[in-house]
Order: sequence, then structure tokens, then C-alpha cells
Amino acid sequence: MKITTARRISQIFFLVLLLWFCVVTTQGKEWWQLRGWPVNWLLELDPLIGLGTLLTTHSIYKGLLWGLATIVLTILLGRFFCGWICPFGSIHHFFGYLGKRRKSSLEKAKTNRYNRWQVLKYWILIFLLSVAIADLVVFLIHAPSNAPWLFWALVLCGLVAAIIVTILKISVDPKKLFVYLVCGIGVWVVLGIVLQEARILSASLQIGLLDPIPLVYRSINLVILPLIDGSALRLFTKPRYYDGAWLIGFIFLTAVLLNYKTPRFYCRYICPLGALFGILSRTALWRIGKSEAECTDCHLCERDCEGACSPSSRIRINECILCMNCLNDCHHNQIGFRTTPSAAGEILSPDLSKREFVFTFVSGAAAVPMLRLNGNLSANWNPSLVRPPGTLEEEKFLSRCIKCGQCMRICPTNVIHPSGLVGGFEGLWTPVLNFRIGTSGCQHKCIACGNVCPTAAIRPISLDERLGQNQFAARGPIKIGTAFIDRGRCLPWAMDIPCIVCQENCPVSPKAIFTREQFNTVHMETSLVVKTANDHFIEFDTNVLATRRLSTGDYFCLIDGQPDQQPRLIVKNTARSLSIAPQTPWDPPSAAGKNVHILIRLQKPFVDPERCIGCGICQHECPVRGKRAIRVTAENESREPNHRLL
Amino acid sequence: MSLKNNPLNNALNRRQFLVRSAKAGLSIAATCAIGYQFYDGSGPLGIKQESEDAGLPDFSVPGTGGQLSIVRGRDRVKTLQLALNALGGLDTFVKSGDRILLKVNAAFATPPILSATTHPLLVSELTRLCLKAGAREVLVTDNPINDPASCFALTGIGEAAQKSGARVILPRDQYFKAMTIPDARLIRNWPVLYKPFKNITKVIGVAPLKDHHRSGASMTMKNWYGLLGGRRNIFHQDIHNIIKELATMLKPSLVILDGTTTMMSNGPTGGSLSDLKQTNTMIVSTDQVAADAYGATLLGKNLSQLTFIAKAQESGVGTADYGALNPEVLSAE
Repeated sequence: MKITTARRISQIFFLVLLLWFCVVTTQGKEWWQLRGWPVNWLLELDPLIGLGTLLTTHSIYKGLLWGLATIVLTILLGRFFCGWICPFGSIHHFFGYLGKRRKSSLEKAKTNRYNRWQVLKYWILIFLLSVAIADLVVFLIHAPSNAPWLFWALVLCGLVAAIIVTILKISVDPKKLFVYLVCGIGVWVVLGIVLQEARILSASLQIGLLDPIPLVYRSINLVILPLIDGSALRLFTKPRYYDGAWLIGFIFLTAVLLNYKTPRFYCRYICPLGALFGILSRTALWRIGKSEAECTDCHLCERDCEGACSPSSRIRINECILCMNCLNDCHHNQIGFRTTPSAAGEILSPDLSKREFVFTFVSGAAAVPMLRLNGNLSANWNPSLVRPPGTLEEEKFLSRCIKCGQCMRICPTNVIHPSGLVGGFEGLWTPVLNFRIGTSGCQHKCIACGNVCPTAAIRPISLDERLGQNQFAARGPIKIGTAFIDRGRCLPWAMDIPCIVCQENCPVSPKAIFTREQFNTVHMETSLVVKTANDHFIEFDTNVLATRRLSTGDYFCLIDGQPDQQPRLIVKNTARSLSIAPQTPWDPPSAAGKNVHILIRLQKPFVDPERCIGCGICQHECPVRGKRAIRVTAENESREPNHRLL
Repeated sequence: MSLKNNPLNNALNRRQFLVRSAKAGLSIAATCAIGYQFYDGSGPLGIKQESEDAGLPDFSVPGTGGQLSIVRGRDRVKTLQLALNALGGLDTFVKSGDRILLKVNAAFATPPILSATTHPLLVSELTRLCLKAGAREVLVTDNPINDPASCFALTGIGEAAQKSGARVILPRDQYFKAMTIPDARLIRNWPVLYKPFKNITKVIGVAPLKDHHRSGASMTMKNWYGLLGGRRNIFHQDIHNIIKELATMLKPSLVILDGTTTMMSNGPTGGSLSDLKQTNTMIVSTDQVAADAYGATLLGKNLSQLTFIAKAQESGVGTADYGALNPEVLSAE
């Protein structure tokens, strides 16, 4: 078997595996549903997620340790992940193949020539990592006071290195070297003193924007599956919607279509994961290379070169994705995969100048503090940002969420959505609850999202913790917000129409919505005057009532001068008469000429903020379908002490 | 010439390979070490641990408890001096080398004439007396409701402090620390303006006498509200208990209640001279509850309306029966 065939089998396997994982991320007991399938495994294999969360949280959460395996293999082999595993890469590979199918070998080789702009992905990687690196920077800046051992160890290392360099006469100007060293230490100490309130440094995890694995999970979960569901596949009882999915789909489609212009456009120019692998591959023990410096220069090896890594001349090891096409395409057996470097020479590092590095690093480090100047993590927080139960407090959440959409996919009620800009730009595509879409609000006895979340941005809570029972009884249930009644829109409050669907649907026990009974006089154009009456029947002199309108069980009547002034339930009415239940007769019956008032019994809903957990089932069910008359905002959510209401 | 057949190149390649293997090995070892060190098998905890920090130290001066002096007069400087002298002079409370914190009420960015805030004359006179008694340093602080810098500027407190030699500490975010007051129900893991108390040996509360629409009155105990940070206005849902807890949180050396011009209505902001009344009284006490109980009489309030006074007494902060302290009532006119 040719090695490229093996590669294709591997690519197809992992692509199918991804699709399979996305399909089985469905709650249920069927074999094709979530019942222990390791649906996050491909995300966990992605070491950029592990590295990013390590920077922001100083920990590697559970399965993210798998990234270690990928790193180790990359250090040994090079970018095998890109060529052999990455499902997004395989999609590009396939579409790139479609795009160049009809072209001549020469044209193909041209599209696969190395381009200086392939350095862009390294900029992206540096930018995204420097966005996440603030904690480490703060730690290092304050090392002189907080971790003196580290400070002195580093100073000592610097000194020893400088002395060695001087003794061995490696440095041109030892004096200059020591001046730099002393200045460096001085700046460090001063920075530690000046930057006491390190407000200008804060970290956020934004790798999910462009990291291919979360991107492809997100695109399949939120765009492709909902689109094809209901035809060949039947995953959901009701069609799924995802607010803002168009943007995710647009980006996915653009990335795929760009392959027609340049094969593996995304992998070559954009992919930060590929850039990480590129940096790690410099020590690869086995590598592609030519056995002789001179060859016929036919460039056939570049005809299908996926990485555009110039195998015909000095090969760029950091761009080579081990597609192995050159091995097959070389007619002269010049190219091999072995331990010796290419006879034509190698380039190990990206075309990245110091200046470019500093520029991208500083802009990345400045990006988050700049975004946070709008105060959306402090006083200017957006109450529409209702997050799933178990979500960490916003700052910690933003340092973990990779925008993969797994929570949105697993949510049985389709209430979790990729947020647009409600949580600020940092919160793009992070989970937010939308109580208008979906089959229900946030289901009371469900903890799926936190248990599927690969990074614990939503914690894996237990049902006991969510509901505040057993060992969590003292703490009470997890609240994600509070429902507020809009009395200007609520039917009983604003329009004298009985309703209380919200109260009925409140899943909390005892209910977080209670009602107060009230009798309101029904507005009428003309007054009702008794013509004749007995102890349970009144006739009026004109046709003023709508037939049967008042016999719904909600209408009562009261006659002026009636001694007990107790409203009587109306059981029947015609256009000019009404009857009450014979069990509650008027005693004595009314005299002619008296005014009759029709009353409606209303149950007006009230929210008990101590009980309300913000699940939004009331909002979802509210019959005022446009802008709901009861709406949940993040007030009083458990995760943010500053959002306390009580 | 083929590279393979050249023994020199072979040796070179072997060396390169060994160097590369060593580098790869080191990288792998480092990666695995990091993985091992930072592995987290359980995930983050949702709720922060409650702060173990059990509040502020006791600033009361031993042997001075249960004292109250009341002085009638229009001139704040005179009434203050006389009232302090009645308690044995400020020297009784302030010793040489003391570091003093004046907790003023600078809640609103309003001029002193509206009497919504501590009068600047009291700040300058107290500072002068403290420094005269040998105090090493006098700090003035509050966490106001309106913009802090504007409050200290417009109330005149900032200038008064500066001119008399005190230092104003504006509340910055990192000056707060989460505290849990023993037996408290509300002040649990709550940010308290902590930094100004560092190295402080005596605390004097200086409050204007005001109507307060929610609690009934804003006096010396309510004045400690300005030590709270965070979303403290949620405590208005349980105003009497929060005032009681504040009174148990802080044991001052002395409290001063300025009833020279009292805000009788529309408190705590007032805003009009018609809200004010000349009551011409200065109250100095070591007992916050007694001072407030006497202040209530000037406001024309019944003690039964001011639940926080009874609650504070019940908690052992002081006595509402100010008469039992046999206050000297003097006149500075």
C-alpha cells in the first residue's frame, strides 16, 4: 500500500469520526446517541486548546491532556496532525483537489509555491496566544516581589550566561551585554513596582475563533447538522435554530471555497494550530528531504504539495504537513522521509522577523484590556447575557470557552445559542440562552451542557448542585437569572385577560411565580340596567352582551344596592340576559333599574426573586409571543456575586 | 556527488541527528513535566470560599466607655472643643504617636451649606486637635455614593483636610478586602474599605445629623455604611440589620454627631435649605448607640421608629438610654 493511501484512509477515518461524534452528541439511550462516546476527543487532541487554557487557567482540564500526545508526536514527526488527522484539513484537502483537478502539472505546481504570506498564520498564533498570556506576564512582572526565588534564579542565569559568553569571547562587546543585562533587570523591577494594579493586563481565551478543530465542530454542530436534519438524518424532534448561525456558516463556506483559489488556503495562511505544529516540528526526527542537492528540477514533487513547503529546493520543515505526495510524485526517487536532512538544505523557522513578533505580541496583549475598557465585565455588564447553569463567572468563563458549540449541540431544548455581541466581542459564539427559540426554556432537571463542555467553562455540575438539594441544600439552587414581569404587556396586568401560563409552567417547587386574585370591572361602552330579575337571572332592556362571552367561568357580576356585595359567577349569558349559579342566589332579587357591573376575576402573577432560578420556561411559554411579557435577565445569577439582587 | 556515500557527511548527519534527538527529547520531557504539573482532573469550583478575615480591630480606648457630652451652640469649633473637654479633652483619646482615621460622611457631591455631608470645619478642627495631641498622622476617608473625587472636593472636606495637615484617602478598588463579620448575616465575604485602616490606632467617626428616608435617620452608626464596597445598596432591603452589623463591625475610639444644622426632611440628600433646621447641638460620645439615640430626639423621631437603635443595643454595641450615661449638657453661647 502506498503511504498516500494510508494517509487518505486516516483522513477519511478522522473526518467520519468527527461527523459521527457530532451526530452522537444527542441525548438519549440509542446506540447512536450520547452514551459514553468520547465526543470531545478530537478537541482534546488539539494541543492549542490545552496550551491556551494552560495560559489562562494554569491548569490542563481532564481530557485536554490528550494534547500532550499530539505534541509529543509532532516533536518526533512534524505536522502529521495537519496532513493525517485534522478533519478541517481533510475537507480543505478534498476541495483543493476538486479545484485543481483539471489543471496542468505546471499550473498545479505554481499554486503550491511557497508564499511569503504563509507567515500570517504565525502572526495569528502569536496574537491569539498573547491575548491569553496576561496572567503569565503579570506573574513574571511581579516575580521580584512575589516569587523572588524565580527572579534571582533568572538573574543568576543571565549573569552566568553573560560571563560564559564573555569568557568564551562569543560576544562582540561584553560591556554592552552587561549594560543590557543591568538595564533589563532594572526595567523588570521598576515594572513590578509601577504596575501594581495590573488593570492594563487581562487574559482571555480567543483561540476558538480560528482554531480549526473548534471551528469545524462549531460549523457542523450549528450549521451543517441543523441544515441536513430532517432529510436523511433525524436527530431532533423539532428543527433546530441557532441565532447568528449564518456568520458561522459564512466563514466555514468561505474557508472551504478558498481552496479553489489556493489548495489548503486556510491551512497555509490562517490556521493557528498549524502554526503551532510548525514551530514544534523543528526538531522532528524524521523529515521529508531530497537525497541529492541537484536534481532535474522537474518540480513534480510540488504538483500536489499540500503545505507549499518547497520540497524541490530548501524544504520548509515548518510548512510541511506530511501529505507525502512528493514521495510518490518524484520520478527519480529523490525524495524520502528519513532522519537525514534534505541534501538541498532546510528552513526550520517561519519567516518571522523580530519586529513582526513584537508587533503582534503587543497588539495581542493590548487587545483584551482595550476590549474591556467598555466595562462589560464590570459595571456595564449586559443583563441579556444569560449563561447556562454551571457557567463560571464571566472573567473565568472567558478564559476557558473555546466556542466549539458542544453545549449548544447537546442542549436538549435548543435554548443555548452562540452569542453575537451581547457579551462583547470577546464573547462571540459563546453560549447564551435564547428563550424565544427552542422547545422550552432551560430544562429544570438537566445538566448536559456542563458535562459535555471540554474545558469546564461550564462546570460539570451534578443535579443535586443545580437543584440545591442534599449536600447543596444550604447553598440553594443554581440561579442563572431572574424573571421580571412586564406589567405593560402581561395580559392580566395590562389587559384584564386571564392567563398565568407563566405561573403554571414554573418548574420550581414551591413555585417561584405566585398570583394574587383581583376582580376588575369589565370596561363596557354602555351601562347594564336591570329590566327584570329573579334570584339567579337578570334581563336587560337592550342587546348589549356578546352571547356566551361571559360564561367562561372568569366573569362575575355585581348589582348596585345588592346587600352582600359579593360578586356572583356568571354561568350563562345571551345578548340581553345573564344567569348565575342557582347555588349562590341573590337574596332578595334585584329591583328593576339597578346598574349591573360585570367583573372579571384575574390572577395577577408575581415573581418571588428568592425562588426564581431564571430557567426562562415562563418566558418561553408566555403567550405574548413577540416581546414576552415575562423575561429573564441575568439579575441575581449565582455565578456573579456582583449581580446579586437580594 | 551523493551525500550518502560521503563518510564525512554521514558523520555530520549522525551528529546533527543526535543533537536533534536530544532537543526533541528535552522538549518532550518539558512538555510532559508541564502536563504532569498542571493536570486538573476535577475542574474549577463554582463558588468562592468564604473569607476568613474576621473584620476590623477594636479601636475603643480602654476605660472611656459609656461617655456622652452634649453642647449647645452655633459655632462648631467652640461646641466641639467644649464637648471634647467635657470628656477629658482629646488627649484622653489621642496619644502621642497615634495614627488617626477620621471616617467622615462625604456621601454626596454637595456643598457644605446643604449639610448632607460632614462639615469641613469639623475636619480641620479635629485634625488640628489630633496633631496637637501628638498624633503622627491623620487620615480622612469615605467611600461616597457620588463620584469620590468630586465628593471630597465639593463638600470642602478635601481642602479642609489638606490645609490642616490630614491626608484624604480616596477609595480605590484595591483598597477593599472581602470580610466576614462574626455572627453577621449580611456582611459575609463582603468588600470592606480596609486599606485606610492599615497601621491606624484610633478611629473617630464624624457624622452629620440627617433624616434618612429608608432607615429613619442617618447618624453615627449609619455613617459606617461608607466603609462598605461592592453592590452595597442591596442592603437597603434590610436596612436596620445592616446598620446594626456595621455598628458591631467597627468599635470606634470616639464618635461625633454634628447637630448644628440638622437635615429634617428629604434625607439623606436634602438639596434645599428648607430641609434644614438649626438645632445647634454637638454630640460627642464613646457610645454610638447613645449618640444616635440622643440625635433622634433632635430629629423629632421616636426611638420605636428607629429599629436599628434597639437592634444595636441588643447586640451589645451600646445603650439607647443616653440619660443613663449622665451626659453633661453644656452651652457654648
